Amino acid sequence: MSAASDEVVVHVADLAKHYRVADKQPGVVGTLRHFVRRKHRIIEAVRGVSFDIARGEMVGFLGPNGAGKTTTLKMLTGLVHPTTGEATVSGFVPFRRHADFLRQITLVMGQKQQLVWDLPALDSLRINAAVYDVPKAEAEQRIGALAEMLSITDILTQPVRKLSLGQRMKAELLAALLHRPSVVFLDEPTLGLDVNAQTAVRAFLRDYNERYGATILLTSHYMADITALCERVLLVHDGRLVYDGDLAAMVARVAPHREVEVELEQPLPAEQLAALGEIERVDGCVVRWLVPHGALTRTVAQIMQTLPVRDLRVTDPPIEEIIGRVFAGPAPEARA
Amino acid sequence: MIGRALRQARALLSVRYAEMLEYRAELVLWMLAGSMPLILMGVWMKVAATRPLGLEPVDFARYFLVLFLVRQATVVWVIWEFQEKVLTGALSQRLLQPIDPVWNEVAKHVAERFARLPFVVVLVALFFALYPDARWVPHPWALLSGLLLTIAAFAVRFAIQYTLSMMAFWTERAGSLQSVWFHLYVLFSGMLAPLSMYPESVRTFAELTPFPYLVYVPVAATLDHPAFPVDVPRACAVMAAWGVAFVVLNRVLWRRGLRQYSGMGA
Repeated sequence: MSAASDEVVVHVADLAKHYRVADKQPGVVGTLRHFVRRKHRIIEAVRGVSFDIARGEMVGFLGPNGAGKTTTLKMLTGLVHPTTGEATVSGFVPFRRHADFLRQITLVMGQKQQLVWDLPALDSLRINAAVYDVPKAEAEQRIGALAEMLSITDILTQPVRKLSLGQRMKAELLAALLHRPSVVFLDEPTLGLDVNAQTAVRAFLRDYNERYGATILLTSHYMADITALCERVLLVHDGRLVYDGDLAAMVARVAPHREVEVELEQPLPAEQLAALGEIERVDGCVVRWLVPHGALTRTVAQIMQTLPVRDLRVTDPPIEEIIGRVFAGPAPEARA
Repeated sequence: MIGRALRQARALLSVRYAEMLEYRAELVLWMLAGSMPLILMGVWMKVAATRPLGLEPVDFARYFLVLFLVRQATVVWVIWEFQEKVLTGALSQRLLQPIDPVWNEVAKHVAERFARLPFVVVLVALFFALYPDARWVPHPWALLSGLLLTIAAFAVRFAIQYTLSMMAFWTERAGSLQSVWFHLYVLFSGMLAPLSMYPESVRTFAELTPFPYLVYVPVAATLDHPAFPVDVPRACAVMAAWGVAFVVLNRVLWRRGLRQYSGMGA
């Protein structure tokens, strides 16, 4: 990962977005009532979010569906006007959509395409090169380099509609990065891809960040994307930022235990096992304890000394489970 | 600046032309969908052959043939594409680029004209083969004015429809506005019959609207026939005024519309 500088590239202060949406009851009566007298309500998609991102940082943006992640990205890329608050990206106010701002950013939305469906990706890349004012020779060099990084050199002359989802996503990434943006926003870039394609996209993003020092803000439902790429995470829940900080620190805070799983020579009485710590599960000869980080060495030593152990493993709870624990409760106010 | 614009125009036009050629079968169908003038031609020629209308059947043949060509050159569908882009959020991808999204739409329309041209030429050749009496060579000045007014008519029609498209930011069925507009267009543009045959009061009213300038005026200028008088410099001025008015209105609605835009679905 490239070293992040102190220079703030993305600045967000008290940013909020409220949508006015029609509220209609189902059924004929509801339909007629809605026709005569339309009711609306206000959805607070984002509620006073604040954070800064330094140049070169790769930040994961996490939250359940409807938490406000995509709306925040839309505000940061100038697609949507904020209701209140302020945001600047590379010193520009996004919603003014200044051409110099648009040349510095990109937004990749998984499952959404900018490539012309019936033509080879190279045709769309020609348009992008012209639109972003990348000289022809330079564009060819960049296309070659990016295509090699993404391993898609041989598919750029095929119609986009003939490409697999993974190939298309890689081609979309190429198109989105051809102008070499310094700030990259990614909304579910690996959505629907198979494991190999996900791994390739992650490797590419890490490589892009290292080569060009790009600042990357990434939303994903796949925790593997976040753990592989981001040291820092922003957690949003119900439109509010509930955590901003180190991923490892969050894991330690939300999940202060590690799991010690032991396979015994023979089943033992529950009282004997409980004396060693909080038992999470007993399944015949397999016992799993939840052990506080500070007591791990002592507990493992005790288990090894006092029990007939065939096998022992120490693991962290899956990150999905940890994040799930954060989101399962009411929106917490705590910040890192 | 100009170099950059030219490079962008070249890239957009060539890629959109390639895209349109992918839809060559649809192009023929779209062209045939605009064959209403050819049907009306048959009707009016029959009527002129049986009653004195002040115009010979061959005049009607030429009028509706040129009208068919003007319509082929000025077809605009931007409202349907724009409406879909707003409703599905696909506009977002265009908004992310440092070029106004309108230029992509203009390029598509212009490229489509070139892709459609060979089919139109074949159809016209077929028409003259079947009805040789209608052959004539327009005066070069008439041809030039007709061509310029046709290009202007396309520009004004595009500006009007793109302005109506802006309603997609507020309503999910902006296309229905276009449907209403199209009925007025059919009625007052000279599509049903030469405007010179309309009652005086209807003609006077029609001339207060942009419709005659979108069809009748370019057709009349090309034909240069005493039965279809047209003041070309005045027509150019009026079309420019309509164009500017709609472009200004479009820009106001565009700015306001973007404040409404939520990028639904994207």
